[in-house]
Amino acid sequence: MMIMESKIKAPVIKFGNNIDTDVILPGKYLVIVDPCELGKHALESLDADFVNKAKDGIILVGGKNFGCGSSREQAPLALKYAGVKCVIAETFARIFYRNAINIGLPVIECSGISEAVKTGDEITVDLETGKIQNSANVKVLQGTLLPPFIMKILIDGGLIENLRKKRLEK
Amino acid sequence: MNITEKILANASRKKTVTPGEIVDANVDVLMTHDLTGPLAVEAFKKIGAGKVWDSKKIVIILDHQIPAESIKAAELHKMMRQFAKEQKICIYDVGRGGVCHQVMPEQGHVIPGAVIVGSDSHTCTYGAFGAFSTGIGSTEAAAVMTTGKIWFKVPSAIRIVVNGKFNKYVTSKDLVLNIIGNLGVDGAIYKSTEFTGHTIREMSIASRMTLCNMAVEMGAKNGIIEPDNLTREYLQERVRTLPDFNALKSDRDAQYEQTVDFDVSKMEPQIACPSSVDNVKPISEVGDVPIDQAFIGSCTNGRLEDLQLAAQIMKGRKVKDGVRALIIPASQKVYKQALTEGLTEIFTDAGAVVCGAACGPCLGGHIGLLAAGETCISTSNRNFIGRMGSTQANVYLASPAVVAASAITGCITNPANLEAKQ
Ligand code: SF4
Repeated sequence: MMIMESKIKAPVIKFGNNIDTDVILPGKYLVIVDPCELGKHALESLDADFVNKAKDGIILVGGKNFGCGSSREQAPLALKYAGVKCVIAETFARIFYRNAINIGLPVIECSGISEAVKTGDEITVDLETGKIQNSANVKVLQGTLLPPFIMKILIDGGLIENLRKKRLEK
Repeated sequence: MNITEKILANASRKKTVTPGEIVDANVDVLMTHDLTGPLAVEAFKKIGAGKVWDSKKIVIILDHQIPAESIKAAELHKMMRQFAKEQKICIYDVGRGGVCHQVMPEQGHVIPGAVIVGSDSHTCTYGAFGAFSTGIGSTEAAAVMTTGKIWFKVPSAIRIVVNGKFNKYVTSKDLVLNIIGNLGVDGAIYKSTEFTGHTIREMSIASRMTLCNMAVEMGAKNGIIEPDNLTREYLQERVRTLPDFNALKSDRDAQYEQTVDFDVSKMEPQIACPSSVDNVKPISEVGDVPIDQAFIGSCTNGRLEDLQLAAQIMKGRKVKDGVRALIIPASQKVYKQALTEGLTEIFTDAGAVVCGAACGPCLGGHIGLLAAGETCISTSNRNFIGRMGSTQANVYLASPAVVAASAITGCITNPANLEAKQ
């Protein structure tokens, strides 16, 4: 069982606004079931080398409306298995946001994030406090906190584990 | 309260709800399909509940990659069939249904006032019938299969008031593209969009579906239209008992975060240019864009009225040499109607290919994909990079009338100018 750590430190890869789920994972890969295989194709239409850059663990930063488009959960799954530890964006498309939490990929909304960090910066995210710190400077940004029951889903490692636990507790 | 708030309050056993509040809603219907369903089934098995919460409230529709385009797809279809059989869930297999969002209302699975979730982003289509419907992911679909419940943050709402009479060859597709062009692809993020006004009341059910279908393209949680006599007419043969529509009207003092007005009377056909759905221009500003493929179909515009409109334009004409025209009815029923009304013959005579009811090239997973450097004009709902095949292909979105006219001339064409252009 995967338990989420509340502090995540990793280098940033940054993208712009309206990154849609078709570029995160094109439709032709949706027949793939193995998440590791999905991970090999994450964001390849925007950056053919993304998977290589992400493999040791990165924090993905997006602008507005990150993850818009299709409801495919394979999109956040591909990111997670490509090495993305957390996604921070100005705003998220709602289905992507829910999907990410449900598969145990932390997502934080943070206004001003795309201005404050650039690709290559190392940042630390505290999921419990929502604080985001750039190692390069002292400025701390405040992300939107998740309601406790959603935080619980993330800490349990996703909705499946969360529900399994609930069933066992019954 | 507005209609969305009323439905969510009712579903979560509350007298009132307010935007921002998180509610635990009972789900009336869950829909899943061949692309997102397999992950949901796997997740369901991992949760370990054994039996689904209510087999009568779940619908499985195979539509994205039918008939199976690969062995992998065939395996996934097989898995979905098996799951449906084990759990006694209704499944629309190849040749029995069609595109999920068309099949759901057509087969009576959509009821005004219901909470419907589906593991597909265009589940918001059923708002055309006054249901609260929205897309979710696979794991969440598995959770709904297990518990019959789902949490929602009650959305704040945008009221979109539409008035005026459409010009000839201007349709609800042009209206919704115009709305998205104005509000932007994140213009309604997390929000409810409620369509109202004289134009909406006069609009056919099929056209209303086109409108609600694309609400998600501006980030909306749902799109919704108050049910009325047209809704009743459409549903009465399909649904056993209909609720009281009076309880599904937004109150006079309902709260909206924003009200926006649109007038269609001077609107010309609209085109969403590559590669964003809000990159919308009136057709007169698009210029001469040569096309390689024209696609009429999808859950946005694959209904009978869409095919009738396209046939009206293509009748007695020929698809331009060098252009592939693909016509894909949204359901088996629409397919049959197109045959009976002679539309299939018109398309075939024109040199278009008519395929079986399915999603087709809409999501780039099956047939009709594009090569690098090619251009398609499509009635579907997304023109993202790589959506319909090569990442170097271009997709323009338009109404069935524009797509049909463009198939004839070989470049993006306003049907009103067709005679002059030919
Ligand atoms: S027609 Fe296109 S948008 Fe509609 S359900 Fe199928 S793939 Fe999705």
